[in-house]
Amino acid sequence: MIQRKKPERFRLRRTMIFLSAQKPGLIKDPLIYGADSLMLDLEDAVAENQKDAARFSLYHALKTVDYGDTEVIVRINGLDTPHWREDVRVCVAAGADGVRIAKCESAGDVIAVEKAVEAAEEEFRKEKGRTLLMAALESPKGILNAQEIAAASGRMFGIAISGGDLRRTMQVSPVRGGIELNTARGLVVLAARAAGVQCFDTVFTDLNDEEGFRAEVLLDKQMGFDGKSLVNPRQIAAVHEIYAPSEKEITAAEKIVRAVRENAAKGVGVFTVDGKMIDIAFLPGAERTIALAKACGMYKGEL
Amino acid sequence: MINKVGRDIPDELIGRHGVYMGAGYRDGETYTKCGVRARICEKPQGSKLVGSIREAIEKCGMKDGMTVSFHHHFRDGDYVASMVMKEIKAMGIKDVTIAASSLGTAHDAIADMIEEGIVTGIQTSGIRGRLGEVVSAGKLKTPAVIRSHGGRVRAIEEGDVHIDVAFIGAPTADEFGNARAVGGKSDCGVLSYAMADAKYADHVVIITDTLVPSPNLPASIQGIDVDYVVCVDAIGDPAKIAAKAARMTNDVRELTMAARCADVMAATPYFADGFTFQTGAGGPSLAVNRYLEPKMKAKNITMRWALGGISAPTVTLLESGLVNAIIDTQDFDQVAVKSAGENARHFEISASQYANPANKGAFVNQLDFVILAALEVDTDFNVNVLTGSDGVLRGAPGGHPDAAAGAKCCIIVTPLMRGRMATICEHVVTVTTPGECVDVVVTDHGIAVNPSRPDIAAWLDAAGIEHTTIEKLKELAYSIVGTPEPLEWEDKVVAVLEARDGSILDVVRQIKPYRFE
Repeated sequence: MIQRKKPERFRLRRTMIFLSAQKPGLIKDPLIYGADSLMLDLEDAVAENQKDAARFSLYHALKTVDYGDTEVIVRINGLDTPHWREDVRVCVAAGADGVRIAKCESAGDVIAVEKAVEAAEEEFRKEKGRTLLMAALESPKGILNAQEIAAASGRMFGIAISGGDLRRTMQVSPVRGGIELNTARGLVVLAARAAGVQCFDTVFTDLNDEEGFRAEVLLDKQMGFDGKSLVNPRQIAAVHEIYAPSEKEITAAEKIVRAVRENAAKGVGVFTVDGKMIDIAFLPGAERTIALAKACGMYKGEL
Repeated sequence: MINKVGRDIPDELIGRHGVYMGAGYRDGETYTKCGVRARICEKPQGSKLVGSIREAIEKCGMKDGMTVSFHHHFRDGDYVASMVMKEIKAMGIKDVTIAASSLGTAHDAIADMIEEGIVTGIQTSGIRGRLGEVVSAGKLKTPAVIRSHGGRVRAIEEGDVHIDVAFIGAPTADEFGNARAVGGKSDCGVLSYAMADAKYADHVVIITDTLVPSPNLPASIQGIDVDYVVCVDAIGDPAKIAAKAARMTNDVRELTMAARCADVMAATPYFADGFTFQTGAGGPSLAVNRYLEPKMKAKNITMRWALGGISAPTVTLLESGLVNAIIDTQDFDQVAVKSAGENARHFEISASQYANPANKGAFVNQLDFVILAALEVDTDFNVNVLTGSDGVLRGAPGGHPDAAAGAKCCIIVTPLMRGRMATICEHVVTVTTPGECVDVVVTDHGIAVNPSRPDIAAWLDAAGIEHTTIEKLKELAYSIVGTPEPLEWEDKVVAVLEARDGSILDVVRQIKPYRFE
């Protein structure tokens, strides 16, 4: 029986790949694709009369397949369905790293799920607080309440836009350049940063439009999203490539980290690196670049 | 008697070449090729055209107990073998042995003739479909003999197989029997596998659906070797002979394996200007071409030649100048067929030139790389491409054992699991390619290098390519899909698998149908 180690609330989450828990062939060995996080789906990808079978597969997959360091999140059914409480129980019992709350609209929704998670952790004798939460914002109300949702629980690690429902309600369709979701994306990034959690952009579903996909990933990176939800393993490599730091960025980050450490030891707070003023405030950004470079296999130095 | 790959070969089956003693065991041996029965034609001669297949069979004097041969260039679209066999059956001839270069799903009619006792012997390099099921069920009177493409030519030249009548389907022929593989209705590009048959059979019959004016040159099959020519309505189904273009896979799993395979190749010193290469037609093997192109361009090198079965991606490399020549024995799509007919750097060779171990040096011996697929690979690196996990004959050694033995670097590309089947396993059902000929196994879950090749392991380390052991891959597979229960067999041997040199590599027994307890 696999025992997954305690999930990390903050970690690299560039790519989150949706996999239907109804399909054993999809969930038996998705590690080979190299995504940062797996999103095993109990919601829309599972037929209404197959929810129980999907939960069964999900439980046994988590108990028998070693997903290693790849994060395993489960998308549960919405709070307006009869399924979500049982979904939460199976997630906790199986030792999933986290739960994605579908159609989240308020802090109250997060708290409701948190309570169910807590009860399940007690029921299945899991460490209290082990199971992480994230919320999918799929409605205008959810987007506008992003800030309270992101800050609703110490278990929350991030918020994600779910564009399908949102676009329908907003009466728009996908547009090159993303103007139709511009405000929503901006609000979500702001809310996430204000609450100190991560944020993830919605899926891109047209698999034949590789150019459009790459453009959207670049937009996400430039807007400050931590990563993107994906519908097909084919999309993973492009996200990792676009999110990878450049050699120049890595060199600069390495210099900054070293300089901050050396100067701190000497008692110096502000100094220059390659003609630019640097202080302690630059450290987290530089460390993030190094971590990303390591994840991309681009940095093998000592830091 | 236990052979070099640990298989117990029943004594009564061991013939003049003994059991398998290791790759290269007969290297350097000399022998006298089997004599060929010829017929003197001194007088002025008319057309060799006869009215029907039946007339040709009658003129060849076919009787009970004879051996007939066919080639597999028409693949799943072949009409010739079934057409001829139906005629043989209608004439009441019995106890026939079929010596084909491969047999497959186009030959269900022959399966019926095995059950009826008309066909009592099968010698082939591939056996699929209903034919495989019937033989596995023990219905063939004598054990089928399975040989590699190179081994088949060796067997013909050494006299292990004597072909009484070769029936050679040819896309075009003139009335004197000069036959070619391009220019007709059912083009197949090359006729490599039929060449030994034309040279060694007592009687040779060309069957075509496109009669062309003489001289039909340059001919793949020479009129001097041909007794009769028959023109029929259709020799095959063009759509099944060659698909439009082999589709490059979109499957991320296959692409990942292909990319890793190209990385392994590029990490070896063989990946240098003028390297030589062969790849199979499976998804991941074919996709390797895609990842080679940028690596070759980056290193500013070209490939001297690509060998074996050819499809569109290889032709694209030829046309872009990255490959200097194609040496072709089989065409898998219409792009390859067209190139074989038109491109002066695209050459047709015989199966003997391709892979025969019993000549003074086949092209496989000069391969730097060969990329091959597998149904199973075991922890001794033995490969099975013949029997399914249920023990039923459903595959083809083809050129697999030949290219693996000849190449400096043989890479097997296979997913770790197929459904609930572990591809990397403790013991393969049947050894078709000995582990000593396999150097690297690339799976979707990791790479394993044969411990007999520490040099390759060191090159991968130097290039920063992670690799593990074949045991670890097997354990990973078993941890996910479970440990398979051993198959259960009857005592009866239904097929004998010969190594390239004619020695016995393995036997396949009749399957015991699985029963739920």
